Amino acid sequence: MIQESFKLRNVEFKNRILVASGTFGYGDEVPDLVDIAKLGGIMTKSLSMKPRDGNPNPRIAETASGMLNSIGLANIGVHKFIAEKLPTLKRHDTKIIANIAASSVEEYCGVLELLDVQDGVHGFEINVSCPNVKEGGLSFGTDVKLVSLITKELRRRTQKPLIVKLTPNVTHISEFARACEAEGADAVSVINTVIGMAVNINKRSPKIATTTGGLSGPAIKPIALAKVYETVNAVKIPVIGIGGIVSWEDAVEFFIVGASMVQIGTANFINPSTGVTVAEGVKQYCGQNGIDDVSKLVKSLRTNKNVSIVDSWL
Amino acid sequence: MKQEIVTIHSFEHLTAEILELTFVSDYLSAIAKPGQFINIRVDNNFPLLRRPFSIFNVDGNKISIVFNVIGTGTKMLARKRVGDTIDIVGPCGNSFLSFVDGSFDTAVFVAGGIGVAPFTFFTKHFPQGKNLMTYVGGRHKELIVEKGLRNVKVATDDGSMGFHGTVLDLIKDDHAKNKYGTMRFFLCGPTRMMKAVADYAHEHGASCYASLECDMACGIGLCQGCNIEMAGGDKKYRLVCKEGTIFETQSVKL
Repeated sequence: MIQESFKLRNVEFKNRILVASGTFGYGDEVPDLVDIAKLGGIMTKSLSMKPRDGNPNPRIAETASGMLNSIGLANIGVHKFIAEKLPTLKRHDTKIIANIAASSVEEYCGVLELLDVQDGVHGFEINVSCPNVKEGGLSFGTDVKLVSLITKELRRRTQKPLIVKLTPNVTHISEFARACEAEGADAVSVINTVIGMAVNINKRSPKIATTTGGLSGPAIKPIALAKVYETVNAVKIPVIGIGGIVSWEDAVEFFIVGASMVQIGTANFINPSTGVTVAEGVKQYCGQNGIDDVSKLVKSLRTNKNVSIVDSWL
Repeated sequence: MKQEIVTIHSFEHLTAEILELTFVSDYLSAIAKPGQFINIRVDNNFPLLRRPFSIFNVDGNKISIVFNVIGTGTKMLARKRVGDTIDIVGPCGNSFLSFVDGSFDTAVFVAGGIGVAPFTFFTKHFPQGKNLMTYVGGRHKELIVEKGLRNVKVATDDGSMGFHGTVLDLIKDDHAKNKYGTMRFFLCGPTRMMKAVADYAHEHGASCYASLECDMACGIGLCQGCNIEMAGGDKKYRLVCKEGTIFETQSVKL
């Protein structure tokens, strides 16, 4: 018997594999394709107070081992989510974490308060890092004072798990993780997409409408691993690893580096059941390696020298 | 909708440049409808994303797609062999059959290049006894597919086959000579062609439906990447993969 579960604050996840916000809708697009009960949890598509249309087309472009996106937080708004999506979503035997995106501290608080009273919502992930919407993500996620403020204000308003999803597009992500920890966040998700760009050389135009967008997929996995490594060495709260995971081997890498849980993102677009196969693979790996609890895998990295990531690069 | 690993049954060159790939799927052949597409993972790691293909034909438990070998994905598909497997998700999207009703006398199928893909399957399921005209256009004759179509007229940009000119010129020429009653157009092809034909259809009081193409990551509504701007109504955008691919042409900004 291998212990796969993970407890965050007062919520027990059956395993450590989650699906990332914006890559799994509200769980209603994939019932035929995925056994959702085998996932640790679902991070919902980002929710804002009012519905958002999102950005113009083209919104996506494939790149080497990855993709750029600038969806622009298109979503149905929190009210419609509660009325139309949550009743179905909460019937799934998995944990539902509402991802919140907003353009003001007040909006973050307002959306969280509406969701906090819903028993189908088990926790929150705060998107402070979406690089697509000018008045939203970027300005918060790259300003450590604002990230502190948002965490502090939201912590006061909920007893459910509060996770802050951090952007890698800063000099030291660990500084932001420390700020979240200091203000009472239960965990941080590391990383959101990396700012990127691609050009159509025939049209001499950007491949996506917003010129730059968020890079995701296997291309960013080494970046994500390094950011998780930096973060787990800076904070005591759990770190949720995200970035380019397509296989169980990828997930195991994140656990070894120090992630307590992982999220599957872009891989869901290609194989919506990636989370299920990753969960099975991780379990099998543990069995074959005499590991009776996934927690024993977490932060089990063997390094020759105890040098920090910052020292090693300076 | 299902994800399946299917086995390639055959390849056939329909022209020097266009290949028909046939595979076996009991599931898909039982439920697929004309106009729907499948999303193919060409290989395990590269390219990363699936590629959408209209269902070209269903024959027994065999399904086929057509493609011309132009990009990374289609080059890799063309290198596959009979007996190899491909990973598919489908059927995706809506069907042309939802827009076939008693309100028109003649259906006008208009295909541009590889946009012919959904019309063979559509022709097979098109109600007998209802008039049908098919116009197929392409840059040259190697891009013209007529397999399984009815009442076909062909136009090529270089005059190497059929009418010398655009498919719209061909339609105008034919409609000057023949009368088809109340028409409903069904389009698939390059956006510029579809816009021109849709404008013509509307000017002549005909209804018009187009199967749109758009870069997609997932094909099932997860990524929200394939948005099309609407011409009005409650939603600014709709998703081509899930709410289309077929739209009434006046409802969208082509």
